[in-house]
Amino acid sequence: MSNKKRTEQLGFWVLRSCAGIVGLILLLVLFDIVSKGIGTINWQFLTEPPRNGMTEGGIFPAIFGTFLVTILTAILAVPLGMGCAVYLNEYADDNIFTRIIRISIRNLSGVPSIVYGLFGVVLFVQMMRIGTCVLASGLTLGLMTLPWTITASEEALKSVPQSYRDGALALGATRWQAIRTNVLPYSISGMLTGTILGLARAAGETAPILFTGAAFFLPFLPRSLLDQFMALPYHLYIMATQHHAIETVRPIAYATALVLIVLICSMNMFAVILRYKLRKRKKE
Amino acid sequence: MDRKTKHVNVKEKIIHGLFFLNGLLVVFVLLGIFALLAFTSIPAFKEISLKQFLFTSDWNPTSYVKETYGIGAMLVSTVMVTAGALLFSVPIGIGTAAYLSDVASPGAREIIKPVIEILAGIPSVVIGFLGIVFVGPVISKTFGLPNGLNAVNGSILLGVMALPTIISLSEDALNSVSRTYSEASLALGATRWQTVIRVKIPAALSGVLAACMLGMGRAIGETMTVLMATGCAPAMPRSFLDSVRTMTSTIAIELGEVPYYTTHYYALFAVGLVLFIITFCVNMTSDMILHKYQGKRG
Repeated sequence: MSNKKRTEQLGFWVLRSCAGIVGLILLLVLFDIVSKGIGTINWQFLTEPPRNGMTEGGIFPAIFGTFLVTILTAILAVPLGMGCAVYLNEYADDNIFTRIIRISIRNLSGVPSIVYGLFGVVLFVQMMRIGTCVLASGLTLGLMTLPWTITASEEALKSVPQSYRDGALALGATRWQAIRTNVLPYSISGMLTGTILGLARAAGETAPILFTGAAFFLPFLPRSLLDQFMALPYHLYIMATQHHAIETVRPIAYATALVLIVLICSMNMFAVILRYKLRKRKKE
Repeated sequence: MDRKTKHVNVKEKIIHGLFFLNGLLVVFVLLGIFALLAFTSIPAFKEISLKQFLFTSDWNPTSYVKETYGIGAMLVSTVMVTAGALLFSVPIGIGTAAYLSDVASPGAREIIKPVIEILAGIPSVVIGFLGIVFVGPVISKTFGLPNGLNAVNGSILLGVMALPTIISLSEDALNSVSRTYSEASLALGATRWQTVIRVKIPAALSGVLAACMLGMGRAIGETMTVLMATGCAPAMPRSFLDSVRTMTSTIAIELGEVPYYTTHYYALFAVGLVLFIITFCVNMTSDMILHKYQGKRG
């Protein structure tokens, strides 16, 4: 009996250490980036463009570019993702079309990001002739984000009780009226939370923007959607591997990584706070 | 039917139709990706034989003597880093999932869950950067190598990136095992450890397997980490301490430099097509495993 007990204790410690390793990995990642990146960050770093062959100055154009491309991503992915989720959860019957749509969504979320990049090059840059620009990158990232926003929005719609729909329909409302007045108001907070989480992931992606619009270095901010742009993840890639004086710019690379992580974490935090606030308002 | 009801009906039909089209959009995107990759790859095979492309290992599209387009070395590299990644991320991932579902106190779960979410949110380019500045030096010191940019480095980073997928999906699978299973096992006098190892994990095996396959799909398609951390030498690797160049990093390195509409350009799309087909098959298999499992239980 005590032997069995000992095996159990030992086994549980193995499982605990697995979880411990995962926690340790995250701690190492965050500690290394924060401790080596924080020293370089100041107001100038966040608000000025790079100077002197990108060995001095700040990263403002990259921050601006990432914001811009993420907004474009949202404009494409959020409404289409929500619409698709509404179709699947509110309208679709369990038939062959629905099954094909679901299989497509699951597969799309498994398509490698570099393949989205290739797709963007052919479809947006060449066939639509918009060239390498922030619009092409935003559209490419938008398509990549689509399966995530659909899944997140559907989760939110599923959490609305069936009785809400039935109540509206029983009072003579049409299907769309029931959705508009009794389903969407109760699921919009969940949908937004999920989509912001998806957008945070898109903001950190590099491979889809490599060939569709991201630029090595630009002295100006993009003046239209057809201009190229600098982006934080791409800037980090350049600072880490492509720069002519890699060791000199290491502190800048660390600081860029820190800014990127802080940006993504604050988007995630924002989503969580938004969900909390909207939930509270709903209760009142 | 009066005019107003008719009007409302037409409006309802239009709205329904629009949502249906929106739903179909994802199918068109998936088909579109496949079709565009396929059409852009076809011209490459006017000059390269399919046999040469798939079964030779020399990739040297810029040679002055004779350009060669064989993806063998890339395929081996991709398989190597992915296998290396799974070697440690699968046991640690399943272990963590089992810990979360059966051992952890609610308080511990409240800590570990966000840890996994944050880890999943760290961009691949940041992980790749750490491969250069953190993992690389450790490897080069441990094995006495001039630099630490090799397959081991790539495997470690890809494993870290696959972990969140494996953990959260395996945990879902473990949690969906009916409580009667573990209750029956405990009632027969088995310890909690025996119940987890011999009852719950086997019962959730297909879900866990599907989770690992999705983690694998992610590792195969990951670009930035391997691009930055594996050294990217385009030769056939002989060991895990060699520099490797995967399919994803080849596309990332060369597409930026190649002129449009050349054989080299088309060949890179053919590499992308192979990558797409591989990940598609991995995802579909994972999907089928899950489906069969759900069908059996339902």
